Amino acid sequence: MNFIDNPRKLRGFEKHIRVEKVSRRSILKGLGVTGGFVLAAPVMSRQALAYETGAGQMPHGVVVDPRVFVSVAPDGIVTIIGHRSEMGTGVRTSLPLIVAEEMEADWSRVKVQQAHGDEVRFGNQDTDGSRSTRHYLMPMRQIGASARTMLEQAAAKRWGVPATEVKAVNHEVVHSASGRKLGFGELAADAAKESVPSIEGLKLKNPKDFRYLGKGQVGIVDLHDITTGKARYGADVRLPGMKYAVIARPPVTGGKLVSFDPEAALKIPGVEKVMQVRGWPWPSKFQPLGGVAVIARNTGAAIKGRDALKLVWDDGPNGKYDSVAYRKELEEASRKPGLVLRKEGDADAALKGADKVIVGEYYVPHLAHVAMEPPVAVANVKGDTAEIWAPVQSPGGTREDVAKTLEIPEGNVTVNVTLLGGGFGRKSKCDFALEAALLSKELGAPVKVQWTREDDLHNGFVHTVSVERIEAGLDKSGKVIAWRHRSVAPSIASTFAAGTVHQAPFEIGMGLVDMPFEIANISCENPEAAAHTRIGWFRSVSNIPRAFAVQSMVGEIAQATGRDQKDMLLELIGSPRIVKPNVKDLWNYGEPQESYPIDTARLRKVVELVAEKGEWGRKVPKGHGLGIAVHRSFVSYIATVVEVAIDDKGKLTVPRVDTAIDCGTYVNPERIASQIEGAAIMGLSLAKYGEITFKDGKVQQKNFDDFQVVRMDDSPVVTNVYIVPPASDTPPSGVGEPGVPPFAPALINAIFAATGKRIRSLPIGKQLEA
Amino acid sequence: MIKVKINGQEQSWDGDPDLPLLWFLRDEAGLTGTKYGCGQALCGACTVIVDKQAVRACITSINDVAGREVTTIEGLHPNGDHPVQKAWRQVNVPQCGFCQAGQIMQAAALLMDNPKPSHDQIREAMSGNICRCGCYQRIENAVHLASTGV
Ligand code: FES
Ligand code: FES
Repeated sequence: MNFIDNPRKLRGFEKHIRVEKVSRRSILKGLGVTGGFVLAAPVMSRQALAYETGAGQMPHGVVVDPRVFVSVAPDGIVTIIGHRSEMGTGVRTSLPLIVAEEMEADWSRVKVQQAHGDEVRFGNQDTDGSRSTRHYLMPMRQIGASARTMLEQAAAKRWGVPATEVKAVNHEVVHSASGRKLGFGELAADAAKESVPSIEGLKLKNPKDFRYLGKGQVGIVDLHDITTGKARYGADVRLPGMKYAVIARPPVTGGKLVSFDPEAALKIPGVEKVMQVRGWPWPSKFQPLGGVAVIARNTGAAIKGRDALKLVWDDGPNGKYDSVAYRKELEEASRKPGLVLRKEGDADAALKGADKVIVGEYYVPHLAHVAMEPPVAVANVKGDTAEIWAPVQSPGGTREDVAKTLEIPEGNVTVNVTLLGGGFGRKSKCDFALEAALLSKELGAPVKVQWTREDDLHNGFVHTVSVERIEAGLDKSGKVIAWRHRSVAPSIASTFAAGTVHQAPFEIGMGLVDMPFEIANISCENPEAAAHTRIGWFRSVSNIPRAFAVQSMVGEIAQATGRDQKDMLLELIGSPRIVKPNVKDLWNYGEPQESYPIDTARLRKVVELVAEKGEWGRKVPKGHGLGIAVHRSFVSYIATVVEVAIDDKGKLTVPRVDTAIDCGTYVNPERIASQIEGAAIMGLSLAKYGEITFKDGKVQQKNFDDFQVVRMDDSPVVTNVYIVPPASDTPPSGVGEPGVPPFAPALINAIFAATGKRIRSLPIGKQLEA
Repeated sequence: MIKVKINGQEQSWDGDPDLPLLWFLRDEAGLTGTKYGCGQALCGACTVIVDKQAVRACITSINDVAGREVTTIEGLHPNGDHPVQKAWRQVNVPQCGFCQAGQIMQAAALLMDNPKPSHDQIREAMSGNICRCGCYQRIENAVHLASTGV
């Protein structure tokens, strides 16, 4: 067959299908190689900062030590360690850029080196929770300033002048009185002998002298490699003698293999071996599900071999899980009182006495991450040592888990972190790396475990499914006097502990109990819900259903009272103030309230900014509508205005999106914009199409044909991003996740404006066609 | 023995003739720039150019390209300075970057066919390529830039 005759292989056809059916091996040179240095893992002290963050509370805290992060070679090349995982946020560029800024290094002479997983050495490496800039802006500045100080001291000694007379400027140290200059490379060896200055005594640069920070003119370090195919992701790792594995896993969470017949698989050309993979009983955190692995000389043969396997499974306790029935359970639970998590005033009485009660029951189904790069890992286990190459968001956690799984000392495990082809929370769970480790150990050879897209959908850690029921009571004047919000959803904690029926503090703190409206009577409740599959973090987590419910309800109240959405929203937010919800141990994204309070002035500001820039209230053509929503998450404030267009057949398009973000002090506005643009598309994907359903315990979606995401032809035509300029001492806050939550409710409110239809159940699917 | 020219170099294969070109490229020839995203011609991550046409390598067998010329991202331009690649860098398109080799190959094929595509033509031609990070606005701008001269 000639491929030209087969239209499936030609560009554009995919669309029709869719429409129709729809190490620690790194040697630190220069500054780093002074012998005898003992790692003390100094956690930054409180006095050293203008603000405090939760960074010190993370596992292994923060390491502020230039000898760990910076090296200068005699030729002047400065190598800076990037210790967080790069999944598209730009963090591998942004954090080293901060060091270079403070150090006065010239970015064109900086190389970034990816850290392997070693939290004792580098501090916490969990790249999730939109924490990297928030936790590391100040530590990276301190590291850069320390390195600069050491270079300056070395130069001063060489010249025999007081250190106060010299200054590092653009990769050299200058003594302006005498006009002498020495390059960083020339000073490297001497600087390495200098003692590391105390954090407290460091002189940080005046922000007005910044060359890079806040400017957005530096491209990501991997830009050239990405555009030429040289960038190395997990899937691209190749080792001599490496085998390729694909695994058949139990189709139902908690299921087990009963029997298998490898015969047909072994006949496939290229297939070398079929072997069982150890599985752990559910729930067991990130441990492998087990199953049968086909080992081959290439991935194609392994996939073909797996297709030929004959497998018999016992589906176990979740074999009856059914999304339709489960939704009913959640809805019923939401109509009865649940565990009260926040109580102010008396919402029950106020609702009874209200002139009008508006009730909204909002549904958001399970979602899948579908990062473009499905899970994949390479392992090489030899005796009691293991080396892993994997696109993991949790290099340190992966190292711990590999050591535990193989029952070897953690010090014998090296986790090399590749680029991640998207993460979105999926790659915070290292199950795929553990599978590779187990297989390599048994095979006695390096092995790559490749998940197919089908595996990714069938055996992932899905976003929870939830019913959010809100009742708002209004008095005669239309003022909201009561608010009762019940959130029913299986918890991520169920993946760690059997019998979990309530949501964890970090889940209820995402838009339920931290609700910022100025209302006298508030009740936030959490009725029980048990999990029947693996639940995991998905970009912005519980904020998705919460923002959808809360901000849709604002639209509904505006609708019921004949008010403008934006005016209603500002009225509900109320006066500029610090909100202190009556909640025991309120979870605040792991951050202290003093640095990161719930500040309604900032919330109002992003609403006002997006309304102004996004021309809220502008006249739109027939069939178009505007919607607005705001949400605080990951201690950032974001408001979005969406314009929709709906044709007479119910086809939905998005001509324009405007988003305003206040993320405090920021590093790279250009990458902030790219994150927000992407968040709009992810928000639109989940609102329009996103749904994982279960029948007989199995995920029903298989690939991008039945789990659709937004493509270019239905992506927003324009997304404009406005960043609130920070006051000088505003601590940095999250960027990667906060863009997602407000998108869906802004879209839904816009659809109401355009059509008068109120959508309470996601995805939109065919609801507009009816 | 199947012979195929990849980025100007003759390669041969005497294994399974049905082996998808994608896995030949990645696992046998070591050209890992071409990515796997779905295996079903649904995402475009594996896009390569075969005789001037964009093709999904995941559903094209090695036998299908016997005697033909395959260009992958590694062979698009010797220094990575194809106008599409340059435009991609100028517009700072990528986030994670995983889809971008496929996007760039698709865009390069589009411009061979239609050197001055309109807004709608770009959106149409690129819609077989998924970017889960959501770089579409920049991809569109970069294709436009490449078509007007970088
Ligand atoms: S991997 Fe070929 S189109 Fe997705
Ligand atoms: S840049 Fe990540 S999938 Fe496109």
